[in-house]
Amino acid sequence: MDWRKKDYLSREEIEALQLRRLKDTVERVYHLVPFYRQKFDEAGIKPADVKSLEDLRRLPFTVKQDLRDHYPFGLFAVPLERIVRIHSSSGTTGKPTVVGYTEHDMAVWTEVMCRTFGMANVGPGDVVHNAYGYGLFTGGLGFHYGAEAVGAAVVPSSVGFTKRQLMLMRDFGATILCCTPSYALHLAEVAEEEGLNPREDFKLRAGFFGAEPASEGLRQAVAEAWGIDYFEAYGLSEIIGPGVAASCPAGELHIFEDHFLPEIINPETGEVLPEGEEGELVFTTLTKQGLPLIRYRTRDIASLHKAPCKCGRTVIRMGRVVGRSDDMLIVSGVNVFPSQVEHVLTQVEGLTPNYVIVVDKRGVLDVLEIWVEVDERVFTGDIGALENLKRKLEEELANALFLRARVKLVEPRTLERSMGKAKRVVDRRELEKNLK
Amino acid sequence: MRAKYAVKQLSIFLENRKGRLKEVTQVLAEAQVNIRALALAESAEFGILRLVVDNPEKAKSVLSSSGFTVKEQDVFAVEVPDKPGGFYQVVKILADADINIDYTYAFVRGQDQAVLIFKVPDELFEAALQAIQQGGLKLVEPIFFYNS
Repeated sequence: MDWRKKDYLSREEIEALQLRRLKDTVERVYHLVPFYRQKFDEAGIKPADVKSLEDLRRLPFTVKQDLRDHYPFGLFAVPLERIVRIHSSSGTTGKPTVVGYTEHDMAVWTEVMCRTFGMANVGPGDVVHNAYGYGLFTGGLGFHYGAEAVGAAVVPSSVGFTKRQLMLMRDFGATILCCTPSYALHLAEVAEEEGLNPREDFKLRAGFFGAEPASEGLRQAVAEAWGIDYFEAYGLSEIIGPGVAASCPAGELHIFEDHFLPEIINPETGEVLPEGEEGELVFTTLTKQGLPLIRYRTRDIASLHKAPCKCGRTVIRMGRVVGRSDDMLIVSGVNVFPSQVEHVLTQVEGLTPNYVIVVDKRGVLDVLEIWVEVDERVFTGDIGALENLKRKLEEELANALFLRARVKLVEPRTLERSMGKAKRVVDRRELEKNLK
Repeated sequence: MRAKYAVKQLSIFLENRKGRLKEVTQVLAEAQVNIRALALAESAEFGILRLVVDNPEKAKSVLSSSGFTVKEQDVFAVEVPDKPGGFYQVVKILADADINIDYTYAFVRGQDQAVLIFKVPDELFEAALQAIQQGGLKLVEPIFFYNS
């Protein structure tokens, strides 16, 4: 079937397809992956017990640690001869997680990236400037092959060398930008520092942004800075890389559910939550051969909505990721998501959402500090204005978080601004724990 | 009158951090920028360094490219005799004309003159200049600061 039609199947067609593919996946993992056979046996489930999509909830979960424990290829369902691509996480927090793709998996990946680019009708004549990292990270190559497959001209610029990137974007007439949202904003800032007007001196019309959480404010800031349509690309390498879900022109995030079957669960109990409720997003791959995963826990907190979208697509929608179940900070007993803080900061007019959340312990008490950069757009030269800004931010944060946070105004670029994923949280309580 | 008497002042945002003032002044020294007048305003956590220099454009550009947040604003300068009542004269004129002073700083020029620098709300800038001139006091032209 033409990939253009796959987002418009009826719910019955989608679910029939999902069930057929789920049964096939369960058969395969049971017979080909010892880890799953053992888990199924322990739970007393045979592949034949999966008779409806409802039965999915009886299957065991898979977590990131399982991939680490079976490093590197222990969860692969095919022999190495059939693997044509291997990607891996950086492994900064332990053993890396390794993912392998067969030729068929590569075709699926390219298809879902075509459907992603299809959201903005990217095709021949478009110049796609791809500033996701090329290498072990799935972002760069994922977007690359999708852009080629829709017939666009791809510029594989990868990350870094910001000024050169801007030169290439201008000289080659890039129409589509692919990168993390924080890097898109950084590019616009550097363009301005270079005396360029991002809205007028470039031909960009749309961008596909992902690989890190972005608040509504950050999305708006990027769209406004460049004067472009903002499309979100959601994905994770364990499932396939980018291409798990993408936002449509109506701004709704659609999951390509004929390949990735989503569920929302209560992260504490593991129980499946009703449609529309917020909880941890879980995926079962339906077509993957190299590394099929059953009920993989993403740690992302979101919700699911089955009603057809304004844009006409019928594939299920997910609400924006509001946080990560493991990013959630507990400060003085209150749950705090970095995205809540970001939302408040971007509400304050003219403020670049560049900040770091610092949690520390003073005696027995937790102390929450938000370090916010003061740049030329905020700085009027007035002490009073800065003190007002600080007070206003502290009030708004207290309202939003139900917790007192101290705002510290800092000079620009003193905060660590990585080219890829921005580091937003420093938890010094953990440092102390580790020292003991 | 604004065009004739407005002096460009640079305000630089500084965290209260050891060595930060040294770093600003080092950047200016290396760029051969001469500081003609300065004031430092501070709160508990951060400060604002205000400078009148001989080459504001160059100073702003070297500071910005060194990562400092810099804002350029108009101030004006008044020359008065360096004797009791000198400062009072100017402040009285401004107060009588209902002009709030945001802040002011001063330095001594030669043997018997003092130069006072004033920042007033932008919308009152022109009115302040007129009041000073009508009060018979001498406004200092920016060329005095820029040619050193």
